[in-house]
Amino acid sequence: MEPFLERLRSGEILISDGALGTMLMRGGLRPGQCPELLVVEQPDLITSIARQYLEAGADAVHTNTFGASPMKLSDYGLEERTEEINQRAVNLVAQVVDDRAYVSGSCGPSGKIMQPYGDFKEEVLYDGYERQMRTLTDAGVDIICIETMFDLREAVLAVKATKAVSPQTPVMATMTFDKTPKGYSTVWGNSIEESAAGLQEAGADVVGSNCGHGMENMVEIARRFREATSLPLLIQSNAGLPETIDGEIVYTESPQLFAEKTHELIDIGVAVIGGCCGTTPEHIRAIKGVVDSQ
Amino acid sequence: MSLLEQISTSLQQGEDKQVFELTNEAIAEGIPAKEILDNGLIAGMDIIGEQFRKHEIFLPEVLLAARAMYAGMDQLKPLFAKEGIPSIGKVVLGTVQGDLHDIGKNLVGIMLKGAGFDIIDLGKDVPPEEFVETAVREGAEVIGMSTLLTTTTPMMTQVIELLKEKGFDSTIKTIVGGAPVSEELARDIGADSYGYDAASAVDRVKELIG
Ligand code: B1M
Ligand SMILES: [Zn+2]
Repeated sequence: MEPFLERLRSGEILISDGALGTMLMRGGLRPGQCPELLVVEQPDLITSIARQYLEAGADAVHTNTFGASPMKLSDYGLEERTEEINQRAVNLVAQVVDDRAYVSGSCGPSGKIMQPYGDFKEEVLYDGYERQMRTLTDAGVDIICIETMFDLREAVLAVKATKAVSPQTPVMATMTFDKTPKGYSTVWGNSIEESAAGLQEAGADVVGSNCGHGMENMVEIARRFREATSLPLLIQSNAGLPETIDGEIVYTESPQLFAEKTHELIDIGVAVIGGCCGTTPEHIRAIKGVVDSQ
Repeated sequence: MSLLEQISTSLQQGEDKQVFELTNEAIAEGIPAKEILDNGLIAGMDIIGEQFRKHEIFLPEVLLAARAMYAGMDQLKPLFAKEGIPSIGKVVLGTVQGDLHDIGKNLVGIMLKGAGFDIIDLGKDVPPEEFVETAVREGAEVIGMSTLLTTTTPMMTQVIELLKEKGFDSTIKTIVGGAPVSEELARDIGADSYGYDAASAVDRVKELIG
């Protein structure tokens, strides 16, 4: 396959995949169960989801490693299995996509709060990210995707850790913003402009946003990012925000809406488009339809 | 500025060492512990809560203020015992199973402690049985459940149902809170009360026990 960043540089629009977490819940993930351990416990579920996204048209398929940093795994007492879990997760996706799509190593926030606001030392988080990133890149991911970050300082650590262990691996880094009366900001108080600049300086190759919003706001966020940086952008929107209807948890934005909004994202100049919570292979198929028609 | 106002201001600025010193100063001046708490520490924390809701400040500032609140409260605790201020009730608190968000729950815990409740904090990812068993064993009047995930709101229902099943629903009250929870949802799942934020959680728990 042609290197990921070269395709972006040539102006091609690529598609990443949709939700994993909400698909795992539909596949039987129980509350309290570690989602990342499913690569060991239910590998067939993981490969089945990867296959569905590949068939829907994803050019990049994420590994089930969002919470597979040692910091996050420690919540389940699984810290020592960091290498095993990350490695297996990569192998499962690699085996499915077989060079038809990029394997994207997903990495979410540690869930630990750094000093002085919380108890964790910066070095502990950095070392933990290095450990996860080393395993993911050694196992052969094509891209690293650092996502759903809300503390820019932590996101920067994760980007730097990746570049330290594997300078040639492209890094996508996206954050989650809240809409406030004073504009978009993470709960930690990082604006879009500050985030774009900080991530770029840390060495990210692609920046943007995922989660926290449906397409309406995401288009606005994409526009702000476009004004803030010349780097390629990644946008992965939720299918709306979860609502409880008759005791069922539903995400209401349809694949059709995703298709409409994909036009807008392309007009803004977003380079990689995918989905987050509540999106399904149908949403990815809808994005694919629009991208192909361009 | 009065000493108590200074405590409130230092707390809002997240200056834990200053809050520690000023609290000790206030104690030395003979100001009753309850007054230091209400008009110093809690007054400051209320303002922080309000500013956070209005997006005037962000989470890091809230966390620093919470740390400062602890610094002051630790000095007051021995006095509460000495001044004979009894615990006004026991609350078992936790984030429900499947949910690892605990920042909001911790704030609720601090404020409840500040208000004079005995808090048994079970942490996060707490299974329904643990809520119920602990509350029964410890003789708690209230179970407080927090969740930030829409997908784990059904775990609150499970706790409430387990209480019913075991016949404790009339002696142990429940209060729920967290961003995806609303007054309406609380009513639908049969919770006894709902807390919009940490300050309102205190008022609601007082109502439940009162
Ligand atoms: C007992 O009575 C009461 C009474 C009142 C009560 C109460 C109990 N509990 C709370 N209250 C009330 O009083 C408190 C003080 O005023 C208030 O508490 P809150 O907790 O509401 O407010 C806190 C003071 C501040 N708020 C917070 O602390 C939450 C902030 C955000 C950014 C957030 C964080 C920090 C985290 N997250 Co997560 N996270 C988000 C949040 C997005 C956002 N902008 O809010 C949210 C909650 N997360 C979400 C998700 C989906 C997730 N998170 C996850 C993980 C994490 C971290 C671990 C990284 C981290 C938690 C760290 C920690 N130790 O808590 C994952 C789940 C892990 C798990 N199994 O739990 C993951 C699934 C993965 C992901 N996609 O990010 C979303 C939930 C969507 C939904 N409605 O279901 C989310 C809204 C982000 C988003 N915009 O999509 C009131 O609600
Ligand atoms: Zn999401």
